[in-house]
Amino acid sequence: MSALPKIRIRGLTKSFGSKTVLDGIDLDVEAGTSFVVIGGSGSGKSVLLRCILGLITPDSGTIEIDGENVLTATPARRIALIEQIGMLFQNAALFDSMSVADNIMFGLRAKGRGKAHRLTKAQAREQAGDILKQVGLDPTVGALAPSELSGGMQKRVGLARAIAGTPNILFFDEPTTGLDPIMGAVIDGLIVDCVKRLGSTAIAITHDMASAQRIGDQAAMLYHGKLVWKGLASELMNSGNAMVDQFTHGRKDGPIGMELRK
Amino acid sequence: MNFILDPVAAIGRAFLGIVRKAGALALFALAGLSHLLRPPFYWGVFFNSLIEIAFYSLPVVALTAIFSGGVIALQSYAGFAQYHVQSAIAGIVVLAVVRELGPVLAGLMVAGRVGAAMSAEIGTMRVTDQIDALRTLSTDPMKYLVTPRLLAGTLALPFLVLVADILGVLGGFTVSVSKLGFDPQNYIIATFNALKPLDVIVGLSKAAVFGFIISLMGCYHGYTSRGGAEGVGSATTAAVVAASILLLAFDYLLTDLFFAS
Ligand SMILES: Nc1ncnc2c1ncn2[C@@H]1O[C@H](COP(=O)(O)OP(=O)(O)OP(=O)(O)O)[C@@H](O)[C@H]1O
Ligand SMILES: [Mg+2]
Repeated sequence: MSALPKIRIRGLTKSFGSKTVLDGIDLDVEAGTSFVVIGGSGSGKSVLLRCILGLITPDSGTIEIDGENVLTATPARRIALIEQIGMLFQNAALFDSMSVADNIMFGLRAKGRGKAHRLTKAQAREQAGDILKQVGLDPTVGALAPSELSGGMQKRVGLARAIAGTPNILFFDEPTTGLDPIMGAVIDGLIVDCVKRLGSTAIAITHDMASAQRIGDQAAMLYHGKLVWKGLASELMNSGNAMVDQFTHGRKDGPIGMELRK
Repeated sequence: MNFILDPVAAIGRAFLGIVRKAGALALFALAGLSHLLRPPFYWGVFFNSLIEIAFYSLPVVALTAIFSGGVIALQSYAGFAQYHVQSAIAGIVVLAVVRELGPVLAGLMVAGRVGAAMSAEIGTMRVTDQIDALRTLSTDPMKYLVTPRLLAGTLALPFLVLVADILGVLGGFTVSVSKLGFDPQNYIIATFNALKPLDVIVGLSKAAVFGFIISLMGCYHGYTSRGGAEGVGSATTAAVVAASILLLAFDYLLTDLFFAS
């Protein structure tokens, strides 16, 4: 018998006006594994993560973290559950009124786990430098403002900020988009490392199949608000599912038509 | 029938819209204030906003006050000279400045500067997911962004108005002495004779209310902005317009409250 999944989602639905974005999502993510979600642009992948994070309130369904329903928990419990999650936003969402180092230190200090929140300013600054190195950036980058970075660099700083507090759960919204292939591989390695070394549980959204296979244990494809396929990430390229095949191989023709997206 | 009912319905809708907006605003203000009572308080953000509002608004507020004081002196001299009551001018200047011009002009200047800056900053944070990012970093965005700014605005404006009061009177004094040929000593004595402590207290209390309104409008419109850069732009405009109008409305109400009797 397998243990309780870290994240368990049942029947999650969310509509914006008349547009149904999530239509009955069921999802289990086992503790200490990483789950990759693929799917077309606008298919609702980011909305899914935002629902789990409590940034969007779903219309119905349950979201359980460690067996506790986030949506019906008391506000204090909900915050405690959600605080376990570190998030890399699709656009990095760095605080642009702060330097890069301050962004990472914000991540270090914000999460109340371990001794991180009791760090002195100097210790935090040093750790921020170490984390910058981990994501392939020179510690001197810490002095820059986010607006002075390239898109790929911002992404890496966003990743650094998300992992700084060593959260139990990590969400990555397209972690390698905008990175060159080598840096993409480095970041994938880092994500795998976080999951394996820290024992974190991860959900990653990606359009990058190489990356999906490197970081994912399990995988699923989101299409028209439903998870149309679930399986092992290693099977992505030969899943036997026509939609996944078309998507992963980037074919123009197949069951996913070129309908105009609403 | 429709040509009668449609306008009525439109007025009704507009009225309901205003009520809804006022309710949302009141809830927002309460939420922001309630964090004052619950630690932590973000002192860093507070001091930054305080410096941004109080210190960096000093030049505009100072210039506005000096010229307004001078203009009042000139205008009342032109009006009063024929009745040989020039001595009243010092009193007119100090009362006009301390009761009305100081708070209102400083308030409007700060509304333009700070209201716009706050809503642009917070609005940009909203549309670039930075506010959501705060939440994922265990930081309540209301507590972090709004509460310190509300407090900073409320405290900064009385300080600015005090400066405006002094410089406004100085402006009137300079014009009266150098241009209208008044005796400096008599002017100063007349100024202090005309001024009552209550005038200063009421002026500064008004300023605190104005400061709160300005910060509230800046934060609210920024926090609730939607739709990319354009949304932030209109939020900024809305913040300044709403702050200016509310400020004048509250000026009337407070004046009525304190001086009508
Ligand atoms: N706050 C919102 N209000 C209204 N509609 C929204 C909102 N957020 C997302 N949507 C809609 O939900 C749909 C899914 O958006 P989402 O951002 O989840 O796409 P995605 O799968 O992450 O796409 P991409 O790969 O391009 O990032 C889109 O059609 C979008 O217009
Ligand atoms: Mg997305």
